[in-house]
Amino acid sequence: MPDNNHITSINKEVLVKVEGLSKKFCKDLKTSLWYGVKDLVSGVTGANEERLLRPKEFWAVKDVNFELRRGECLGLIGHNGAGKSTLLKILNGLINPDAGKVTIKGRVGALIELGAGFNPILSGRENIYNNGAILGFTRKEIDNKLKTIIGFAELEEFIDMPVQHYSSGMKVRLGFAVAAQMEPDVLIIDEVLAVGDLGFILKCFKTIDTILPHTAVIFVSHNMPMVSRICNQIILMERGCSKFQGENVSKAIDLYYARFSNNESNVIFTDETIMLEEVELVDPTGFYENMPQLNWGDNFKLHFKFKTNNLKKVPIFTTILFDKEQRPLGILESNRNNSNLKVCANGDIEFFVSHDNLQLSKGVYSINITVVNEETNSPMLRMNGILFFQVLHAEEIWQPFLLKANYENC
Amino acid sequence: MALETRVYQKERTIKFGKLLKASLSDMYHSRFLARQLAERDIKAMYRQSYLGIIWAFVTPLATAAVWVFLNNSGTVRLSDTGVPYPVYAFSGTLIWSIIVASINSPMQSTQAAKGILTKINFPKEALLLSGIYKLLFDSSIKILLLVVFVFIYGIGFHWSLLLFPIAIIGAILFGTTLGLFLTPIGLLYKDISKIITFGMQFLMYITPVVYAIPKTGVMRTLMVWNPITPIVLTARDLVVGFSPIYITNFLIVLIVCVPLLFLGLIIYRISIPIIVERLSA
Repeated sequence: MPDNNHITSINKEVLVKVEGLSKKFCKDLKTSLWYGVKDLVSGVTGANEERLLRPKEFWAVKDVNFELRRGECLGLIGHNGAGKSTLLKILNGLINPDAGKVTIKGRVGALIELGAGFNPILSGRENIYNNGAILGFTRKEIDNKLKTIIGFAELEEFIDMPVQHYSSGMKVRLGFAVAAQMEPDVLIIDEVLAVGDLGFILKCFKTIDTILPHTAVIFVSHNMPMVSRICNQIILMERGCSKFQGENVSKAIDLYYARFSNNESNVIFTDETIMLEEVELVDPTGFYENMPQLNWGDNFKLHFKFKTNNLKKVPIFTTILFDKEQRPLGILESNRNNSNLKVCANGDIEFFVSHDNLQLSKGVYSINITVVNEETNSPMLRMNGILFFQVLHAEEIWQPFLLKANYENC
Repeated sequence: MALETRVYQKERTIKFGKLLKASLSDMYHSRFLARQLAERDIKAMYRQSYLGIIWAFVTPLATAAVWVFLNNSGTVRLSDTGVPYPVYAFSGTLIWSIIVASINSPMQSTQAAKGILTKINFPKEALLLSGIYKLLFDSSIKILLLVVFVFIYGIGFHWSLLLFPIAIIGAILFGTTLGLFLTPIGLLYKDISKIITFGMQFLMYITPVVYAIPKTGVMRTLMVWNPITPIVLTARDLVVGFSPIYITNFLIVLIVCVPLLFLGLIIYRISIPIIVERLSA
């Protein structure tokens, strides 16, 4: 991983050790409550038997093992309900495991819920004290940090207003500002930073980046670029089990995406005047399960064939490249100014569009196409995912482009 | 500096003694959190209300007023209580309301914190302590009102009045202990809080709250054996300046309560993770 934030060294102390961790949950509420009563009794008497599933129970987390040292960051990924949050709750000591053991050293900070203990009626200032107290600060610590917190949250003007009149973004900002004052040895982050405006999100990650090197971080997220940016270990969870585990973060991410791979094109809009007949990648280096592959730096050439309904003039074609997360990466120049495409006699339009030296980094990409009327600019056809292709390269990077560069002494 | 190490596993390997020590130490160290939570709830309650503190004693006042009316109108015949009846009735209902509030307190405080319990790890004992802080706040206002009553009805000042807060603390201790035992189950099943509300209504009639202990009969036996009786009587005797004849029973109840309170704390500590699991789901 080309990431200099991490100071990975073997002799750093192990802060989190998880051995054979399992947790079961019950699917039925009434039964769950009754098991709760039984567990209460066996908990108090210290009974020490069964770990088997009782009727209507299932393993929410099953046999998870890992070790985490200071300066390392473990990413926990998996689809909804895979057991990530349950695992976090056990690590945070909120619930006890049904089997296995967790050993955690040092102060544990959890960014699972921001703004815990806020009371909507009270002012932001008062709530800083409430939230801070729950996070384990003393009054004096909060007194000292109050100014920093308010400044970080950028809420100087509204700090004495009741929190119920805050926007959700403002609440999150205030909550994060308090939580950012923690100096944990182990930091647990669940998907909490989704709200807030861009400036604030950047600020959050800046804070997390400064915390990272001297903390063991466990990071749950569905944001894969973020995971690949900050994590150097990864666990892909599926149905409570760890399906993939190790330092090969990108492999796990590929597996994660494979679950959602949906290689179907769909028509978003059409006015029925033009239809996509055929699209293909010209001269691929190979195929992987019917997906064409290209080497990094190859020429990227697409062949399109459209059928039209007596179209006289050639419309404007726009081709957009997307990554696996459906984020647009680039757009090919349209045929508005620099083309001499023609409509065939039978109403077909057939053409190549190419781009030399494709410098997209290793990964799977998809293509959307938009067709608009040349004169009125009104849309005629929009299709998503008309083609999927893979770019091959030895180097694994999370940025979408690997741009060719030359170095020379001056 | 050596790092604190925590171990989470299924088996409870820690002995009761250690658990109690941890529980008490957590309670001591979470004073600030407890105070903050109590302050938050009290402030929030009064900031959004005009009548504010009046709600704390409106129930005991109303109950007392009903009984004063029943007594004065001759609807029910009550034996002589030795003090002006309104003082007798109001002191009774007031002490009673404090006991009921303290039985409910551990469960209510924990229930109210459900949202954070399932998200953040903090010393849960702070919830109990914040409940007690709130009780003390409410009670002190009720006591002030009672003192006003005592002077209006011309009972005057007795030195024993100074001991009254101690009796109230005894009442809170008793209520909290009882409440603590009901809390784990009560958090799982809503039935428990219904049973408490329901049961306390009946229990009031076998406690000398609005009438004195009869000289003979089943009622007398029930009342004498009722552990709340000595608390109510002792507290009232201290207010009106009688010598508290039930002081021995009162002390016995308190002495029994202390080890039970500790046991309750241990059970509470063990049961929270089990309950959080069922709450969060």
